[in-house]
Amino acid sequence: MKDWGYSILKGRQIDFENNDFSISEFVAQHEPSFKWCIGCGSCTATCSAARLTNFNPRKINLLIQRGETKGLAEEVAKCMMCGKCQLVCPRGINTRNVIQNIKRALNTCHAL
Amino acid sequence: MTKTPQHIIIIGGGPAGLEAASCLGEVGYKVTLLEKEEQTGGKLRLWYKLFPGFRPSGEVREYLANGHKMNQPEIVTKAEVIRVDPETDHHQVVLADGQTLKADAVLIATGFQVFNAEKKEEYGYKIYDNVITSVDLEAQFKSGNPVKTVAGATPQRIAFIHCVGSRDKKVGNIYCSRVCCITGVKQAIEMKEHLPKAEIFNFYMDMRMFGQNFEELYIEAQQKWGITFIRGRVSEIAENMDGSLQLKAEDTLSGRPMKMNFDLVVLLVGMVPATGTEALGKSAGLAFSSGNFLASNDTHFNQNETHTPGIFVTGTCREPLSVAETLTDARAATVRIISWLREKEMKSNN
Amino acid sequence: MHYSLFVIPFTAGMIILTVLLAFRYIKWLGSLEAGNLTKIGLNLFTVKTLYAVREVFMECLLHRKVFKNNRMLGYMHMSLAFGWFMLIVIGKLETFFYTGKFANEFYYPVFFRFFELTPHKSLMLFVFNAAMDFTLLVVLSGIVVAILRRFRPAITGMKKNTKHSTGDRLALTALWLIFPLRLLAESATAGYAQNGSFMTQPLGDFLAFFLPVQTLSIVFWWMYSISLGAFMVSIPFSRYMHIPTEILLIFLRNWGLKTNDKFTGFSEIEIQSCSRCGICIDTCQMNSQGNNCTSQMVYFLRDYRYNQLRPDLTDNCLLCGRCNVACPVGIDLTQQRILKRKKTTFEQPEGFKYLPVNQPVAKADVVYFAGCMSHLSPTISRSMEKIFKAAKVNYLFLDKNDSVCCGRPLKLSGQFEAAKKLVENNRQRIIASGAKTLVTSCPICYKSFKEDYHLNIEVLHHSEYLPGLILQKRISVLPSGKKVVFHDPCELGRGSDIYIQPRILLKHFNNLVPLIQEKENSLCCGGSLGNLSMNPDERCAIQKATSEYLNSADAEIIATSCPMCKKSIAQFSDTPVKDIAELVAANLETMPESQKSLKHQKEKEMIEIL
Repeated sequence: MKDWGYSILKGRQIDFENNDFSISEFVAQHEPSFKWCIGCGSCTATCSAARLTNFNPRKINLLIQRGETKGLAEEVAKCMMCGKCQLVCPRGINTRNVIQNIKRALNTCHAL
Repeated sequence: MTKTPQHIIIIGGGPAGLEAASCLGEVGYKVTLLEKEEQTGGKLRLWYKLFPGFRPSGEVREYLANGHKMNQPEIVTKAEVIRVDPETDHHQVVLADGQTLKADAVLIATGFQVFNAEKKEEYGYKIYDNVITSVDLEAQFKSGNPVKTVAGATPQRIAFIHCVGSRDKKVGNIYCSRVCCITGVKQAIEMKEHLPKAEIFNFYMDMRMFGQNFEELYIEAQQKWGITFIRGRVSEIAENMDGSLQLKAEDTLSGRPMKMNFDLVVLLVGMVPATGTEALGKSAGLAFSSGNFLASNDTHFNQNETHTPGIFVTGTCREPLSVAETLTDARAATVRIISWLREKEMKSNN
Repeated sequence: MHYSLFVIPFTAGMIILTVLLAFRYIKWLGSLEAGNLTKIGLNLFTVKTLYAVREVFMECLLHRKVFKNNRMLGYMHMSLAFGWFMLIVIGKLETFFYTGKFANEFYYPVFFRFFELTPHKSLMLFVFNAAMDFTLLVVLSGIVVAILRRFRPAITGMKKNTKHSTGDRLALTALWLIFPLRLLAESATAGYAQNGSFMTQPLGDFLAFFLPVQTLSIVFWWMYSISLGAFMVSIPFSRYMHIPTEILLIFLRNWGLKTNDKFTGFSEIEIQSCSRCGICIDTCQMNSQGNNCTSQMVYFLRDYRYNQLRPDLTDNCLLCGRCNVACPVGIDLTQQRILKRKKTTFEQPEGFKYLPVNQPVAKADVVYFAGCMSHLSPTISRSMEKIFKAAKVNYLFLDKNDSVCCGRPLKLSGQFEAAKKLVENNRQRIIASGAKTLVTSCPICYKSFKEDYHLNIEVLHHSEYLPGLILQKRISVLPSGKKVVFHDPCELGRGSDIYIQPRILLKHFNNLVPLIQEKENSLCCGGSLGNLSMNPDERCAIQKATSEYLNSADAEIIATSCPMCKKSIAQFSDTPVKDIAELVAANLETMPESQKSLKHQKEKEMIEIL
């Protein structure tokens, strides 16, 4: 099967009960709007980086909330911070601050 | 000694107002219905066929026009109400031309208007030629003329975009307009009937198939008509040199972005309260709910009463509703009004 | 030899202060940007130094900029600063006339009235004595205002006061005590030595009536000296560091130094010049429109000085520049904030390996870069394309399909190295097009191109480019007959000093009406890519308030020249919001020769203004 975005090493299932939610909690603490996402995909649709590489902001948000953080650092590095995602989000999520805080969480938690 | 019957003024001559007027008139009240346009019927006049069974809208209009035979209400057209001044005994209804009418009870049925799609500039309504709204499409269907692009060609590929102006904080409407999803399915089928060779795509965030036979219609759209449903909200539309349109969306179920070209794009626009509702509501001392619709007293026990005694609300000025639900709501309002008026009469007799 | 034990606290304080200041200033001057010392050397003996002296006098003493803000506020700051300065100057002259020499003990003028008990020897000294009393009175009046405004900020026209830290409050108390104590000390002495003037003498006589003034005066002189010494020592550790540092800053700034993309000794000097006056709080829209008064520049700078930068707070700034305009010290606040974000943000420049390279780029005379935001506001780029075509410009719409962001949003968030990757990438494409002119519709991109791209070609925002096209007669625009009001985008106006060109363009074919809050004082639309952490409701509140202000002008159209501003204002505006390019395109006309006379007249008017 073709690629699934960034790789998920822990088999194919989302192991919700055993996953690590520290990054999700860190981001939720600093940017609570992170939890409002309904996964509509407008952010990825308009994203400047998503046109050029495998970057998917909606997917990042979703997987973090599921505790799936493998390969996260490499992914968030692709964000150009252009802000188009924030302009189209129907829930009014502060998407750029989510990325900022993911980066801070990764550096605080040393999770890769 | 004959008593003068209690007087009810209904503001708005759409399906809600008309149905309430007939019901109230039938039980013997004096009803005056004020409609600001030249004709009654409200938005029903714009629709071609109603979901889910494709009933011609004319059938409902005829039903409303005939009404209940006893005690026809007095219908006044071209009468725009600008203010309601609530008073303990009789409410004052003030019209644009300066006239003032008195009523024992006032029923507000001012209805809705469609969301102005120009506000979603990134979709290109009124900027690109081949972007139209669902309302424009209904008019197209009603006219009986073949659907064509502005250049005069038959569209080969058509997109329907759900949730335009609804569930969208960026335009200030966070609520769901309820009926646009089913309208999208209905119009997709109608389009396919009209242009069997065309490819039709619906771009949605959710498919809200809440009503009777709605899910069945969705299944029919997929099975019988081959309409493709893509879960992904369109972020922007660009125009190609030949007037065709390029959509950007993410196919969220496969997790990958897509760009597709279409000859025609239909925006499924949502509902907002009709112009003038805010001013009217404020003058009557009414509260407002999400989306600035008129708020009722209680979601379960009193959907048609407001915080001002003797002022009632019904229909889509209260919340987004389908035609069928609007008629039901109007009848419910009638029951509440009758109950309230009887109480009022008893109090004044004591 | 004039000496008494009580001069020790003051003297010790002065010595400690001098040593600490010397250490710090030498350290900061030692870490200036390369080439700055040369710059200082070159400018030291020019007229710029005189300008600096004048600015020190006008701003540090007379507080002219603060006066413009509010007269009472200006009087308060001026009376203390200028008053104290005059006490020192007149005091020094007084001692010179008294002793006949300039070089006395340096604490001698400070405690002059204690040491010299002989009443006024001559008319000159009588006058000096009166002058000192008068100056002290002025200073005391300023202190009264300062105390009152802590309780009722409105008397100085301010809505909010800075909430000071404990250290600052202690220093403030020491400062406020100095002059009342001086008054009491001099008056008590006058009570027994009869050496006072019109204020100190009556007070002294009053005190002498029922108090043992001779003993009491020693107590007061001790307390005066201690409060002076305490204040001196507190200077390097509190907001009062601004007193000496601001003077240094003014000289350096006049000699051409400024804070660029590196944090240098000069940047440190700038930050230490902040007096925490709080003027930036009132001018900040997050406070006045959004009810947030915790993230303003005064608090951000204080966080930095006490080594406790908070990421959420540092991120929470619109970078609109209104505080830069209001700051009486002239600190480049927004640049300081951006530099500090380098510390609170993590960047990964290696993440941009995916940017496309060596793509074929068509050749053109003019390269048009609409900017990321313009994709969400398609009328702007469509209008520009229509205008380009009408003017028969050989143009290339570089980011028509997809775009690599100009890099400025990354820079504003503190990710300088990452931004450079985007800049390099776009720069290649721009150069490859061979264009002589780069036109953009987005002020954010414009600033990026101008400052970071180092392009040798002409870089213009479309509000600069379009008047050029009209003057060159490549397009002509019909009068619209509409009443229009213009909103200055932050990055174009305060950010790039472009205020006149859009107005000339608009006046050419509209009835442009002015606003009170415009140009440097214009409001921010709230859209701001500079603010990373503001919550969405607060942002909407700012958007709404600015939109309401613009709507209050009752114009038919609100014109702007930024896609972000357009979207932010339009969301809450009843009046239609249009970009300048849209207005030009809408009124563009190709017309037969016979109707050109009116156009010629209008064009002549425009040339005259320019």
